[in-house]
Amino acid sequence: MIKLNINNKNYELDIDPDTPLLWVLRDTIGLVGTKYGCGVAQCGACVVHLNGEAVRSCVTKISRAAGQNVITIEGLSENNDHPLQKAWVELDVVQCGYCQAGQIMSAAVLLRENKNPTDKDIELAMEGNICRCGTYLRIKKAIHLAAEIQRNGS
Amino acid sequence: MEQSRSIPSRRSFLKSSLLAGGGLLISFTWFPGAGIADPSKMNDLPEQWNELNGYIKITPDNIIKILNPNPEFGQNVMTSLPMIIAEELEADWQQIVVEMGPHDNVKLGPQFTGGSNSVRMYWKPLREAGAAARQMLIEAAAQTWNVPVEEVTTKAGMLYHEKTGKSGTYGSFASKASGIPIPKNITLKKVKDFKVVRNSQKNVESLKIVSGKPLFGLDYKHEGMLIAMIQHPPAFGMKLKTFDAGEALKMPGIKDVFRQQLYEDGYEQAGFDTRTFNDLLVVVGNTTWEVMNARKKLKVTWDPIEDSKETIAARGGKKEVVIPGGLESTSTHLEKMQEYAKKPAQQLRRDGDPETAFKNAAQVIERTYNAPFLAHNCMEPMNFFAYVTDEKALVVGPLQAPGWTEPTLSKILQLPADKIEIQMTRMGGGFGRRAYAHYLIEAALISKKVKAPVKLIYTREDDMTYGIYRPMYTATYRAALDANKNLIAFHVKGGGIPEHAIHANRFPAGAVDNYLAEGWEIPSNITIGAFRAPRSNFNAAAEQSFLDELAEVMGKDPIDLRLELLKKAKENPVGQNNEYDADRYAGVLNLVKEKSGWNNTENKKYSRGVAAYFCHNSYAAHVVDIVMQNGRPYVERVFSAIDCGIVVNPDAATNMVEGAVVDGIGNSFYGKLSHKDGAAEQNNFNRYRMIRHSEVPKKIEVHFVQNDIDPTGLGEPPFPPVFGALANALYRGTNKRYYNQPYFDEFLKQAGKPENKRSF
Repeated sequence: MIKLNINNKNYELDIDPDTPLLWVLRDTIGLVGTKYGCGVAQCGACVVHLNGEAVRSCVTKISRAAGQNVITIEGLSENNDHPLQKAWVELDVVQCGYCQAGQIMSAAVLLRENKNPTDKDIELAMEGNICRCGTYLRIKKAIHLAAEIQRNGS
Repeated sequence: MEQSRSIPSRRSFLKSSLLAGGGLLISFTWFPGAGIADPSKMNDLPEQWNELNGYIKITPDNIIKILNPNPEFGQNVMTSLPMIIAEELEADWQQIVVEMGPHDNVKLGPQFTGGSNSVRMYWKPLREAGAAARQMLIEAAAQTWNVPVEEVTTKAGMLYHEKTGKSGTYGSFASKASGIPIPKNITLKKVKDFKVVRNSQKNVESLKIVSGKPLFGLDYKHEGMLIAMIQHPPAFGMKLKTFDAGEALKMPGIKDVFRQQLYEDGYEQAGFDTRTFNDLLVVVGNTTWEVMNARKKLKVTWDPIEDSKETIAARGGKKEVVIPGGLESTSTHLEKMQEYAKKPAQQLRRDGDPETAFKNAAQVIERTYNAPFLAHNCMEPMNFFAYVTDEKALVVGPLQAPGWTEPTLSKILQLPADKIEIQMTRMGGGFGRRAYAHYLIEAALISKKVKAPVKLIYTREDDMTYGIYRPMYTATYRAALDANKNLIAFHVKGGGIPEHAIHANRFPAGAVDNYLAEGWEIPSNITIGAFRAPRSNFNAAAEQSFLDELAEVMGKDPIDLRLELLKKAKENPVGQNNEYDADRYAGVLNLVKEKSGWNNTENKKYSRGVAAYFCHNSYAAHVVDIVMQNGRPYVERVFSAIDCGIVVNPDAATNMVEGAVVDGIGNSFYGKLSHKDGAAEQNNFNRYRMIRHSEVPKKIEVHFVQNDIDPTGLGEPPFPPVFGALANALYRGTNKRYYNQPYFDEFLKQAGKPENKRSF
């Protein structure tokens, strides 16, 4: 039995401890907002927060998450009102949308650690997240806007 | 007012009927569309929808639902197509709910995402659908109020009769209106009166996307659903010989391992029935991870394939295609291409007397350009859900062209079309790849075999190494100049594996007195297909680089040379069937020249490259500014000028052009899918380099030509000229011409640096 907390809810799972967190989330728990893109920690579509840190759930064994707290895109905010979610909607960032949950989860850690990131800070923090549609420029703008929303508390 | 006659064949999808008890046509959760700010709407399932036509349903309490007919893969048709309907319906955009329509070509039209066609082909039918519904509502109100039809007006989902002061919502007349015959003459709005279209409206699915709602095929769930994967041969040119599933079947969660033939011997393929392999080894189990692990335990032997023939009934008629046996490699591909380039080729177009002109030329410039196979790399790998029984089939997933896939599915499953239900999920990218729905057919056959609902999943490795790739291309361009450096002849000879890219009737055809276009092809067992502006994405690299070099030799500004040629094509066109409109072509060049400050000395600090191209009915020009930093080139700024006619949703269109620019830089700089002994050498993003955050321009400035031409398409046209503009900028930044893609490999080679295998 593996116990863990996902989006502030406790789970007890009878599962192969080597199973990647990604597939536990998607197949076992049914939280499909976290995406499969590459399976080898190269694209960032599967980023979730493990005790507040951004991890690639496709290479994070469920045993490593045991007894710890996982936050997925579904649990990032209560009413879909995280500054990043607001900024993403406001600036119409998405095209196909598939990579965006991972982008937002990576950006959320950056914004927690750095209240006013520069372009360079954003590039460094987000380099592991691929977007084939090429929405990078809007993602960068949205992170700046989210930082502003966060600073102004609105 | 513009008069628009309703075309009889379209009447069928303007049929009016009443749907009671919800009338939900698709089993998706119902979310509000444009009114995304109001989550309370999410739970209120209206009791009665009055269907005014296939696209429009209205409840008595005036909730207006618009069905988007066309598959969504990021081009934002979920927003732009309903906008067109809302415009003519005179509905309040903020009160509209948008839902993805079911597959129904009778009610909802062609339903094909590709060829930059969504807005272009739906523009008129959707305007007519909106206008017809509005006229029916007016008629219903006029009858109820007993007033002349001409005196009833509409605004934002309301009906008014000024003289009597009467008013009512669309919803209160929707039931009556649904019983009124579709009007014979439909009156459309004037473009200048548009209120919704031409104004930026937010993506109706943004909130769902940023909150992780299940929208994509890979997210789809069905009770009792199993997971399937296919063990593909290790290389193109191989096929399944024997397998031992003993160990795999002992793995936890595994239900079955079996061999499945996709198409029967002698099956006549339709144009988009392309598939990588026909003899499939399938693993079925409970969960993705279990199936992934079990697949590794299979013991399989493979055989080389023999030469074979396939009959393909595509648009151009039936043809026999030779599929050669053998294990192909990029190195031998390149050698073969050089050899074929010297052989006689098929003439595609000839104007004047090119041979004599070249013989008499004072100077001949000849350059050859090469580009590799490219993998689509949609962020969501190929997948599809299928539940097939003896009586019917339900298939759900990412698909660009349900209307092309259904006949194939019907044939393969031997089920009539009315027993097949296709639901289109949002696609995590498409770029042409998901027009080839072999993965849907595979899923359906697997479900039929195991008699259970099944989702077939391609891993990233499956997706990348068994692709339907952008072909490998080459082209040699020659230009003949007279003693005064006037261009007197132009010759292009293009080839590819397994097809060439030449569009013989495009610019500069029509602008040169003596012109020759030729093409040749090398058969291959590596599968290819459409990839964001197929062929054009190579031509715009090669031809636009060549024109840049030509301008330099001729001592002309590269924009001026193009404008001179276009002037000739307009005033004194050469030959027949010139595909492009010289004025619109020149228009984007002039606009990009102005907006980029092409001649401003302050821009001299950048190495600038320009390119323009026409494809998929629209025109695009870019100026790319690069800088050298950390010993390598970076694109700093891009200026884009686009003529795609009326821009339906300006900010979303701008987003699409920005994306095309980034995608173009990424693919031309890094994109490469190479083969060794039939096997793809890149199988995931650690080896296939994609553009990343730090490599994106600091600024992309997008300008649209303002005109009232009906929309001509946008998904593809901005993409190809990025390749050429970047090559030309690189030349100015590095003093070397870039003849081979990917450019970054070429840069490293020229700079004497080792090949870069780092993905990021």
